[in-house]
Amino acid sequence: MTLLLQVQGVTKRFGGLQALTQVTFDLPKGQILGLIGPNGAGKTTLFNTINGVYHPEEGRILFQGKDVTNKMPYHLAKMGMARTHQIVRPLNELTLRENVMVGACFGHENQSLSKAVKIADEVLEFVGISSRTDQLAGSLNVAQKKRLEMARALASHPYLLLLDEVLAGLNPSEIDGMIQMILDIRKQGVTIIMIEHLMKAVMNVSDRILVLDYGTQIAEGSPNEIANHPKVIEAYLGDPKLAEQLMEDD
Amino acid sequence: MRNWQKYIGIILPLLVIAGLMLYPTITGKAAARETAFTILKAIALASSLNILLGYTGYVSFGHIVFFGFGGYVGFYLLSSQGLSLWICILAGGFSSGLLAFLLGKAILRLRGAYFALATIGVNEAMRAFINNFDLFGGPTGITLNFKAYLAYGGAAKALEMAFYVVGGLAILAIILSYIIRTSKFGLGLLAIRENEDAAEVMGVFAPDAKTWAYVLSAIIPGMIGVLFFFKNGNVEPHDAFPLHASIELLVMVMLGGQGTVLGPILGAFAYQGMRGYLVTSDFFKDIQLSVSGALLLIIVLFIPAGAVGWLRQRFPILRRVLA
Repeated sequence: MTLLLQVQGVTKRFGGLQALTQVTFDLPKGQILGLIGPNGAGKTTLFNTINGVYHPEEGRILFQGKDVTNKMPYHLAKMGMARTHQIVRPLNELTLRENVMVGACFGHENQSLSKAVKIADEVLEFVGISSRTDQLAGSLNVAQKKRLEMARALASHPYLLLLDEVLAGLNPSEIDGMIQMILDIRKQGVTIIMIEHLMKAVMNVSDRILVLDYGTQIAEGSPNEIANHPKVIEAYLGDPKLAEQLMEDD
Repeated sequence: MRNWQKYIGIILPLLVIAGLMLYPTITGKAAARETAFTILKAIALASSLNILLGYTGYVSFGHIVFFGFGGYVGFYLLSSQGLSLWICILAGGFSSGLLAFLLGKAILRLRGAYFALATIGVNEAMRAFINNFDLFGGPTGITLNFKAYLAYGGAAKALEMAFYVVGGLAILAIILSYIIRTSKFGLGLLAIRENEDAAEVMGVFAPDAKTWAYVLSAIIPGMIGVLFFFKNGNVEPHDAFPLHASIELLVMVMLGGQGTVLGPILGAFAYQGMRGYLVTSDFFKDIQLSVSGALLLIIVLFIPAGAVGWLRQRFPILRRVLA
């Protein structure tokens, strides 16, 4: 089992605020890791620290065995890491195709423009917004913009994909579509970390789950272990019965 | 798509230049050449600024500093060292490019209004420096010995030649603009313009890309500066670094449509045409710059995408032909 990502004792502070405290975990290739926790627990901060937007005060991060602790986001993109944003960041004045081409052209495969056009059309088809290829990204609705975020990340053919609340704001049928998409992506051998508030989805999709609370990791384990973990129930799930319900849905 | 359609984005702009270069010959008037020279110069400068403003999304209020600085360096080599005009033009372009590279490392980490303010500061600082720099003649500047024109067949021939050279530089600026617009490097710049953080996450090396965009936008203004001062026969600090000229360039790019190849060309054309009318009219001649200011305000408020940008939004089919 090769480790794609190793996070070792990562601590991040913003002034007096301790955003992450000694977060440590390993992520083997091909797995889906669910990242859950209450609002403000530091989930997105952990993403930002992994992909180089922030640099941690302590600890180190290894990606494909290389120390990437102080690398910039574009270095990590070039090494095969891609992510989506919780608050979508479309390139509004560019077409959908151009948006996705940026991902293909500047990711680790460094594709030429002509190859990127082909990849963009394939990926837009895969995420189901290919009818709008030539429209400007600014004209999409939120659900479509989330798909576009996904398409841009996938176009780089990443080794590691960080998904930040891709299900938030979607309706039930869109959620089912997105979950199916995530499972399809995993089948292609992509390793995934997903932040998600929707417990049912995260419990069903993840191989393992990491729980953050006030920047500290309070539990890590299989979905089953997490659902029955007393600390998690206290900090996050709240109601012991809810945990049972979540597992029954399997 | 048929082949000619694919290239219409570059053919159309080049036709405009060809028309301008033939205009003096067709009309046969000496004044026509002066008018065409001014427009071609404006097209070259506006197209260069567009690389930074339109493609990368960084507003420079002091872009004329590259015109002035490159012009000074080249003109100094021309008048004091007696080098040939061609070498001096290249030297002017190179020194402006180098200045942009060093400046870019320092101020391109600033975003939005802070970058724009820094560019004004750079222009004013450069003017103050040249004013006190004895090698470049301080406040009185440098004057070219009339004999220098003899090498180019006398003053009249030299002026005619300068006209064709400015046309050549305008063509160069447009080809450069088109190549960047349609390249992978250009796609990265557009991504930076739309959302720099998102672009970095997707793997665009924003600091490097911005610096090179700045350098590429500075080279041709430096070359134009040398040619312009050669044609004038002298250079002084207030001719080389006029802040209002920077703002006029912004108006041209915004008017025609930032981020398009054709936009700055049409904008420069229309603005110079308007300016030519205003400075010769009794009523407007003293308030010509106020009209530019009002024009900029109207563009920003009502058609922020400029004329070509508006056409592209209004008629999506045009997106294929108007680069």
